[in-house]
Amino acid sequence: MSEAKGRILERVRSGLRDVPRDERAEDVEVTRAYVDSHAPGDPGAVVELFAERVADYRATVVRVAESGAPEEIARILTEHAVANLVVPPGFPDALVARYEGSRLSDEPPLTPAELDASDGVITLAAQGIAVTGTIVLDAGPGQGRRALSLVPDLHLCVVRAAQVAADVPIAIRSLVPTRPTTFISGPSATSDIELDRVEGVHGPRTLVVVLISE
Amino acid sequence: MSGDQVNVVWLGSPTFPQAAHDALQDTQLRRNLKHATTTIRDKRLRAVAELDDWETLREAGSQIKDRVMRHLDEYLLQLEASVTAAGGVVHWAEDAREANRIVSELVRAKGATEVVKIKSMATQEIGLNEALEDDGIEATETDLAELIVQLNDDRPSHILVPAIHRNRSEIRDIFQREMGKHGIAAPDDLTDEPRVLAEAARVHLREKFLRAKVAISGANFACADTGTVGVVESEGNGRMCLTLPETLITVMGIEKVLPSFSDLEVFLQLLPRSSTAERMNPYTSLWTGVTPGDGPQEFHLVLLDNGRTKTLADTAGRSALHCIRCSACLNVCPVYERTGGRSYGSVYPGPIGAVLTPQLVGVGTSEHADSLPFASTLCGACYDACPVRIDIPEMLVHLRAKVVDAHRGGVPKPEALAMKGARVVFGSPRRLAWAERLGAIGGRVAGIGGGRWLPGPARKWTGARDVPVPARESFRAWWRKAGRR
Ligand code: SF4
Repeated sequence: MSEAKGRILERVRSGLRDVPRDERAEDVEVTRAYVDSHAPGDPGAVVELFAERVADYRATVVRVAESGAPEEIARILTEHAVANLVVPPGFPDALVARYEGSRLSDEPPLTPAELDASDGVITLAAQGIAVTGTIVLDAGPGQGRRALSLVPDLHLCVVRAAQVAADVPIAIRSLVPTRPTTFISGPSATSDIELDRVEGVHGPRTLVVVLISE
Repeated sequence: MSGDQVNVVWLGSPTFPQAAHDALQDTQLRRNLKHATTTIRDKRLRAVAELDDWETLREAGSQIKDRVMRHLDEYLLQLEASVTAAGGVVHWAEDAREANRIVSELVRAKGATEVVKIKSMATQEIGLNEALEDDGIEATETDLAELIVQLNDDRPSHILVPAIHRNRSEIRDIFQREMGKHGIAAPDDLTDEPRVLAEAARVHLREKFLRAKVAISGANFACADTGTVGVVESEGNGRMCLTLPETLITVMGIEKVLPSFSDLEVFLQLLPRSSTAERMNPYTSLWTGVTPGDGPQEFHLVLLDNGRTKTLADTAGRSALHCIRCSACLNVCPVYERTGGRSYGSVYPGPIGAVLTPQLVGVGTSEHADSLPFASTLCGACYDACPVRIDIPEMLVHLRAKVVDAHRGGVPKPEALAMKGARVVFGSPRRLAWAERLGAIGGRVAGIGGGRWLPGPARKWTGARDVPVPARESFRAWWRKAGRR
């Protein structure tokens, strides 16, 4: 044990002399009377709310049926002039089948400079959160490592309606803590200059969420 | 050891009443602050009103923090074990000097002479940038506001929007003058358009992000059961630091530990709405040790005491450690709104600074820190706003008493003198009558001259406070007349 560790723990314990020796941490009551969700109960309304709240963060939300998704994705990428697209390992080929630009694979890993030189990235998500308009990435299949959704200037994220959790508590409970996880709510933004909101300081300046309904 | 803790307060800073006096003359500052605090304040009320269980969430947040503090030793050991099991390395630092030494050695071991940093109160508190500079390491702040502050060799004035005291044309000038000295220069045609300024920062910093071998961050939370560490931010500079470099060093106050991963369901609701008044901040990063093939392959967590155990030992002051640094209390504080963060002369400004700073430094050890508990009107707005229900007003009163006690016998503090003066005046009916008469005259004079003061020793009290213009007639005089009717 480092000396510092011993001394800090010693000071913590002596500082806590007022705490009864037989008190266990669980004895300190935590009332979890808060609600699990602030969203409406109806699943359709939850997806509706998700789309609305994501858009509220000035991300673009495009709703599409599974069958129309490849077409729509190709259209969005063309519209944003994405000529070389980063496609993470495990991303379903079918969804980018109609895209005609060049694809960058992350196997072997792209260097930061290569990522920087790309026009955009397409990923899946682990889940969405309706109340906060958040997409959650956990580096699972089709999402890639964290840098992929960060360095390119455009992030197109594909979320399926069934993946949308109603609210934060529900989403947290289904996360795997050991996975590196990123919550994304709208594009990168700052309000540091006279509180004027400016999008895209460092992360992607454009976030497009393609919401696929069954 | 208290010598190592002076970084919490800024060396050479005047006491609060003096600094506030100067700040009050700065109309630009007052205008910026008023705009900022009212804007964020109104937005926050709307964000909070969306959750009908807000009070229940606050209660849960406060209880979780209470549980952590009462069993902090166990949670720290559990956190150390889970971070280690996930491939991280945990270091313990008793004070600023030790924390700085640990970080500096880690950076030098990687052969790096520059590091990128995420805005962090803990690293400001220990004066890490300055310490690294002494060791030949250049630390670049990557949060836009912190970059503005750093480039101008300035002090931050707000926890959340540190450069709120600067307007766009000042920022333009700072970028134009300084960026080239530290990396990619600002373009010649730089305007004061926020979008253009942000773009200049993006270009200037991106080059550093892509090159950096080592990053340094703070932490908003660390979950004891899983070892998961979390950083909440807006710009993506945090994600850049947490993801691209090979080595990540996180400096975290020991009070930031949470019992379990699932507690994030409370704090990820409380923090964004209280802080930036958003439903959720743009980016939240959670990581557990190291993940092969994704992000830094070396992770160090430095657990910092630096006065926290001292704060913990004071049962009446302990809950100051519950603070999640949301800055809601700053935005509702009438004193902060007028004086700004730099007047507090401390890394932690506003109401929370007024209770946390003196405790971290130690009551009675610095005249400057001792002046902070008096920098309040005790209006209670900070308590209402605090997402973890820290009773700041009560703690202020407690600390005022401690400050007065600490100085008993020595040279009395100006505040103690002022209170004594007020007691002299208020304590005797005759003297009160006399003071009121003088005050009434003063009031009539004030009507012309604009000065507002109380006579005699009470003048000390009014040096930093406006006294309402006294009535033309004293209450007693009025009563005597009215009583006759
Ligand atoms: S004291 Fe409360 S309101 Fe103030 S910064 Fe800390 S958590 Fe926020």
